[in-house]
Amino acid sequence: MQFAIYALMVISVVWAVCAVTLRSLFHSALCFTAVLLGIAGIFVVLHAEFLAAVQVLIYVGAVMTLVIFAVMLTERLTDVSVRANNQQIWIGLLGGVAFLTLLIKVILVTPWPKHPDAVAATVMTSENTKHIGIALLSQYVFPFEVLAVVLTAVIIGAVVIAKKDKPA
Amino acid sequence: MIVPLEHFLIFGAIIFTIGLYGTLVRRNLIGVLISIELILNSVNVNLVAFSKATSMAPETGQIFAVFVIAMAAAAVAVGLAIVIALYRVQKTVLADEVNLLKW
Amino acid sequence: MVNQIYFVPLLPLAAFVVNIFFGKKLGEKAGWISVITSAAACLIALPIMFGVARGGHFHHEFLWLTLSNGHALEFGYLLDPLSTTLLFVVTVVGTLIQVYATGYMHGDPKFSRFFAYVSLFMAAMLTLVIANNFIQFFVSWEIMGLCSYLLIGFWFEKDSAANAGRKAFLTTRIGDVGFFIGIMTLYVASGSLNFRDLHHLQPHALLPMAALFIFCGTIGKSAQFPLHVWLPDAMEGPTPVSALIHAATMVAAGVYLVARSFPLFEAVPQAMTVVATIGTITAFMAAFIALTATDIKKVLAYSTISQLGFMVAALGLGGLTPGTFHLMTHAFFKALLFMAAGSVIHGTGTQEIKELGGLFGKMKHTSWTFLIGSVAIAGVPPLSGFWSKDEILLTAYNSSQRWIYWVLLASAFMTAFYMFRLVFLTFFGKARNHHIHAHESPVNMTLPLWVLAAGAILLGLPGSPFFGNWFQNFLGGHGEHHAEHVINWFVMGSSVVAATGGILLAAVLYLWFPQGALKMGEIFRPLYLASINKLWFDELYKRIIVDPWQATGRWLFAFDKTIIDGTVNGAGWLTLLTSRIHDVFDKYIIDGLVNLTGAVVQIFGAFTRRIQTGLIQNYLLIVFLGVLVLVYFELK
Repeated sequence: MQFAIYALMVISVVWAVCAVTLRSLFHSALCFTAVLLGIAGIFVVLHAEFLAAVQVLIYVGAVMTLVIFAVMLTERLTDVSVRANNQQIWIGLLGGVAFLTLLIKVILVTPWPKHPDAVAATVMTSENTKHIGIALLSQYVFPFEVLAVVLTAVIIGAVVIAKKDKPA
Repeated sequence: MIVPLEHFLIFGAIIFTIGLYGTLVRRNLIGVLISIELILNSVNVNLVAFSKATSMAPETGQIFAVFVIAMAAAAVAVGLAIVIALYRVQKTVLADEVNLLKW
Repeated sequence: MVNQIYFVPLLPLAAFVVNIFFGKKLGEKAGWISVITSAAACLIALPIMFGVARGGHFHHEFLWLTLSNGHALEFGYLLDPLSTTLLFVVTVVGTLIQVYATGYMHGDPKFSRFFAYVSLFMAAMLTLVIANNFIQFFVSWEIMGLCSYLLIGFWFEKDSAANAGRKAFLTTRIGDVGFFIGIMTLYVASGSLNFRDLHHLQPHALLPMAALFIFCGTIGKSAQFPLHVWLPDAMEGPTPVSALIHAATMVAAGVYLVARSFPLFEAVPQAMTVVATIGTITAFMAAFIALTATDIKKVLAYSTISQLGFMVAALGLGGLTPGTFHLMTHAFFKALLFMAAGSVIHGTGTQEIKELGGLFGKMKHTSWTFLIGSVAIAGVPPLSGFWSKDEILLTAYNSSQRWIYWVLLASAFMTAFYMFRLVFLTFFGKARNHHIHAHESPVNMTLPLWVLAAGAILLGLPGSPFFGNWFQNFLGGHGEHHAEHVINWFVMGSSVVAATGGILLAAVLYLWFPQGALKMGEIFRPLYLASINKLWFDELYKRIIVDPWQATGRWLFAFDKTIIDGTVNGAGWLTLLTSRIHDVFDKYIIDGLVNLTGAVVQIFGAFTRRIQTGLIQNYLLIVFLGVLVLVYFELK
């Protein structure tokens, strides 16, 4: 079982790398979709089924659709000779590697306070989603409402920005 | 947990770094947006892993992650709207060529 | 106490103030203001004079200033026979001359100013006469000098008048400096400046010096040799001025000074000798020059100098009374002569003898009064001049220096001669210039002439044996001369002979044989030249004193000009140079600095602005790298 989880992680990483390096944007978007699915799988492993479902629905379903739409609208598909990456490759690489080593070192060194009871709670129960629903509407109701307002603002904003200017 | 917490965290860190590299390096603006999405996803992974391993109320992390997903979607929506508006004016989506605010 | 005597100088002073400030509005009335104040002064003085004649002595003083060493300067009066005599002379003659002047100066544009100055002079002279200490005396002396300057140069539009005024002031100034030194020396020697204290002088080494220096004042003011040169030039002033100041009163002040300081001089016999010698030399020299003068007023001026010499000689020989007596009689007949001469000038428009002649018929009053005055001055008895001159000759004869007697006798002879030369040439004979139509002067000019003529005839009598030598007794309280009033027939006779001889010689040379004068002039050519050139005094002084002084002044001026101009120009040039350097310097420094600032900013900016590439990924990279560094150091 563990092997599958690690395999899933590795493949997700590989897809992620493809997503950032492929010249064709369409391919990049598709790779990204694969990454999203991989992460959804990770969520399932972590017994966060509701989140995995949300991830697939929203990310893969809505966001990627939007992204592919945008790609199609703006990509000059005939122009293949355009470079995918700018001049910052080497610095980005170096910096990224340095950052990664730092983070990994920190992760490995820090004594994370693992709760033994929490481990028990990771057993898959059907109560998970119920707890999320209750918490969302009782304890986190305020951020929930704010989120709604923000999304409304985003809709309006996106529409306004992308609107064609009417010729006067 | 079957897999130790640290491994999930390392996985999240790797995705994060890849996403970071992508934002710095991709010429195409939509590519940059995708890379930003990668970062946000890695954050989600971290959140869930932490809440499952260290918290008495494991749904906390998930709720936070839901919010993050919502915000990420909103961000992408607005970002793409901007990209389309920009494409309409400048006829390009390459970050290199959008440098009118330089000295 | 006769404190009303203070009004005697104060009234003319008030007239001066009124005439100076309101003269323009008063016009011709200014003259009457002066006359009235002068007459009032005379009237106030008269009872006092009678009081003194009866034997009274009055004095009073009040404190004016107290000096730091304790000596007090006073202001007051001392009325004894000597000052009363002078008071009489000054007030009477002064009033008469001012009456005359209202006629003489009629029509002059500066009429009121003339009378203002004359009133100021009267005030000063009267203050001097009644003064009881040297300081008050000196102050009024100086004010008189000022008035003399103002009045000589009254018609200052004429260069000669302005120069004459200046010459008078400067020459008398030299004497005044000596006078002041003398006063100071006297103070050091005796500790007091009051006239009354002179009677109690203690012997002191500085007394001769004091006496001689005080006499310097007399040499200057009374036109003695060698400072006599200003008086002939002073004739540029109006004739009333010549009469009042330079005949009767101011020049007599010098004689009065010696008389007042007589105890001091008596204490220093050497000073008396000096005084007598100078007086004699003056008397002879001036008479000599007057022999050939052709201007009426010049003749009278030299005559005045000569007569002053007589007075000074008399005082130097110890004759206080004869000297003062002659001062009094001289005041009257000299003023008369001057005023008559003024009348001639007024009537004919000229004062040159060469233009005149035969005036006797045309100007009756003037001619008669002039004749009377001439007879008086010649010393013909029984007119006043004879008695006073005789007294002087008597004193000279009786003194230890009999040569003075002979010289004075010769001078008396010359006096008679030149006066009658003047009379015969001006009033007798034929008129030399037919364009002159002489006319007599108005009554306000001729009346004073007659009054003075009466004085000239009669004033000698109080001092004559006919009246028992009353005047000498009145004046000489000392008692020295009481025993002397024995008539010396030799002296009296020689003086009459000198007078008549002079008149006869003048008649011979100028009236009966007109060519005689020219013949005499040729025979005695060197003497003639010496006389007509006034013994070359003016030329001598010019060569010795005036020219070197002016040359020094010119040299100093040129020197100053070079130095000062040089300095100023140099300063200017230096300033220009510095400013130019400054300018260049500034230009490069300031411009350089400003440019430098700009250049630095530009370079820096050109370098720094490259960060703003406009590419967001560059910015993101920088942020990321910064975070990396921070995190790294945090985790260390």
